Amino acid sequence: MRTVDQADWVVELARGAADREQAMTRLHEVLLRAARKEAGRRGPRLGIGGPELDDLAAEAAGDALLAILGKLDQFRGESRFLTWAYKFVVLEVAHKTTRHAWRRTAPLWEEDAWRALPDRFGFSPSEVVERREVLVELRRGVQELTAHQRRVFEAIVLHGVPLDVLVEQLDSSRGAVYKTLFDARRKLRARLVANGYMDDLGAYGS
Amino acid sequence: MNGWASLQRFFAVERVDEGCAETFAALDRYAERVLAGDAELRFPGVAAHLRACAVCAEDLRGLLELMGGTT
Repeated sequence: MRTVDQADWVVELARGAADREQAMTRLHEVLLRAARKEAGRRGPRLGIGGPELDDLAAEAAGDALLAILGKLDQFRGESRFLTWAYKFVVLEVAHKTTRHAWRRTAPLWEEDAWRALPDRFGFSPSEVVERREVLVELRRGVQELTAHQRRVFEAIVLHGVPLDVLVEQLDSSRGAVYKTLFDARRKLRARLVANGYMDDLGAYGS
Repeated sequence: MNGWASLQRFFAVERVDEGCAETFAALDRYAERVLAGDAELRFPGVAAHLRACAVCAEDLRGLLELMGGTT
């Protein structure tokens, strides 16, 4: 396969370009290799492998190609073209593998989820005893979040729902869900600091 | 890092955190600056976000691997 520099990619992929179809085919081949590599990196941790993983990689490469073609006019040449293109592959593989793996995960009941919370943060048994009051205060604080903040916080932090899965469930975006979680974290931190359970760190917002 | 430190880290929100959308928009430029060694200096808000958001940090790791292996 001949090599092309980033100026070539942009010119050849532009609408109306004579070689557009061939450029799209070449780019798809590059994206598919990248998607398989990224899927291979993520798959084992998520318990996905074999043809199932390869199908997800192929879907991701196809969707990444569509995203790239749709956003080509946003590419400013501030990075190499393939660096820019690869980030769409990574995003698509992340979405597809995470959502696929989550379908097999059994949900926890609320009480079980609260009991499992210290484990999620890696608390030792002695830490659970030592910090019991903080955990109780945290639970009280969660009850006082807005309904939307509580839903996002409980899904991600208590139940371990992956961000991309929650984004799909809420028909939202990563940015919007992250901002909701960010606000919930800030509110809970302020409460824990005000009640003397956590030190206020000057560098961080409250 | 013990559990308590991990919980404190989770709640340590940074004012300059750019969020997921801005981070994704800059991820290609950020990754190239990681290889150049000055990413945090040039993109402090993205760096703050990547410290807090495991999902975007994982995307960066994937991108860096692809850049190292196939560009």
